[in-house]
Amino acid sequence: MNCDVCQENDATVYLTQIVKGKMQKVNLCEECAKQKGVTDPTGFALADALLGIGSDEKMDVSADSLECESCGFSHAEFKKTGRFGCSECYTVFGFGLESLVKAMHKGTLHLGKVPSRYQVTKKYNDQITELKDRLRIAIEDENFEEAARLRDEIKLAEADYITSNESEIE
Amino acid sequence: MMQFKTILKNPAQWMLSSGPYGEIVISSRVRLARNLRDISFPGWAVEEDRIEVLNRVKPAVENLNEMSGAFSSDLSNLKAVNKQILVERHLISREQAAKAAGSAAIMNRKQTLCVMVNEEDHLRMQSIKAGLSLSDAYKMIDEVDTKLESTLDYAFDNQYGYLTACPTNLGTGMRASAMLHLPGLVLAEQINKVINAVNKIGLAVRGLYGEGTEALGNLFQISNQHTLGEQENEIIARLEKVIRQIIKHEENAREKLYIEKRTVLDDKIGRSYAILRYGHIISTKEALDLLSMLRTGIDLGYFSDDIRALIDVLFMEIQPAHLQFFADRKLGAEERDCLRAEIMCDRLKSLPEPSKFSSNKSNEQSSQED
Repeated sequence: MNCDVCQENDATVYLTQIVKGKMQKVNLCEECAKQKGVTDPTGFALADALLGIGSDEKMDVSADSLECESCGFSHAEFKKTGRFGCSECYTVFGFGLESLVKAMHKGTLHLGKVPSRYQVTKKYNDQITELKDRLRIAIEDENFEEAARLRDEIKLAEADYITSNESEIE
Repeated sequence: MMQFKTILKNPAQWMLSSGPYGEIVISSRVRLARNLRDISFPGWAVEEDRIEVLNRVKPAVENLNEMSGAFSSDLSNLKAVNKQILVERHLISREQAAKAAGSAAIMNRKQTLCVMVNEEDHLRMQSIKAGLSLSDAYKMIDEVDTKLESTLDYAFDNQYGYLTACPTNLGTGMRASAMLHLPGLVLAEQINKVINAVNKIGLAVRGLYGEGTEALGNLFQISNQHTLGEQENEIIARLEKVIRQIIKHEENAREKLYIEKRTVLDDKIGRSYAILRYGHIISTKEALDLLSMLRTGIDLGYFSDDIRALIDVLFMEIQPAHLQFFADRKLGAEERDCLRAEIMCDRLKSLPEPSKFSSNKSNEQSSQED
């Protein structure tokens, strides 16, 4: 997948944002992401800043009016039926879902069977999630030596993942 | 392709054979829920989308080796009574029986494997085995699932696993359940205690036809409630462990009844035998309770073990839709009750009287020889 801004490099940064009940996705390469300051966690309305989407619209999304872009299912509908409209709804209505899922199940991370076409992704995803957790703790503990080491490890794992993805496509 | 009539003529394989702990565990089922990635879930999808799902899923399922010579039908082509028969055989769910466009069911010859299309999820596949065989049942359905994933692009999330219409099925999408016959615990009035204990450890107890149904004929389904946060084999191992404990309790309850309340037991089994042989109007509920006592009688040696399969098949055949199929016409409730009594009387006409009314078996045998 190419970067949405420069249209040249491979996208490695994926952003999902919900504006006015619509989901917007932006894919960026590392260069463009850096240039646009995407790494800044306080960034708000990123899609807006990057691509000028909905630049005049104010952000006032109440959860109920939120709609899934793929299937048109609304959060109000979910409250009514307890069921989702499509698999994409899990991303759109992902906020607050974890606590709901936690109450229903033994845990919130899938540990069972993985379809073969997702096996590589799932492996790296779990690995990177775990490393990021450790990184957060290291930073909290002001253990910067460990944090630096973990940061490098995360970079390595991410690069690894991209290479493995490419070889899979081939 | 198998005809619908053929399904009916042949009872499912699991009804005819007795599996591990077959005296108490009638059957083990494992169901997996799967969805396609890019189409709305059936409950929300428009008709064209549901038909699109059917067009992708049905050929993929029909092409499986496991499904050679299978019965396959769009549910809209089946009469209401035929759908009800599939429900009575636990091959489709009550929910799916009510659905229309794009819903289908595909099942193998032995009726041990069934894939439902466009129920609550795009695919609901299940395997049924006799006795306590949850691991075997899982293995069977897991192989089918693995074959299907090579042609169908499943909705899968790194955190939540297989994505399902209802978040209660996330993760493994697996519901494993066993059908238990627990007359001992019911008669000893211990069943509620057991149900409460089982509920407390995150397992569900339901009646004969799943969620919200009554426990008829002393039959109970025990299944896992959580589907996310544990591996499939862990869920199954935990379930099996609990079921083994329930089996122990049931055995103890039966033994206690046999020793301490022998006359009550003799009476219940004797009356059930008499009504089944000589009754003329028997409702489904009464029939299931009577057959349950006969099955208990087999387990405790009142009747020969040879008739177990006959009783297990009757459990199925005396239910309303099966009766109407047998009669080949729509029957009113009263007519059904009469026909039900007639069928059971006919099938059981050569069944000898319960042979354990007094003293123990060996004494009786020697007195018969005299």
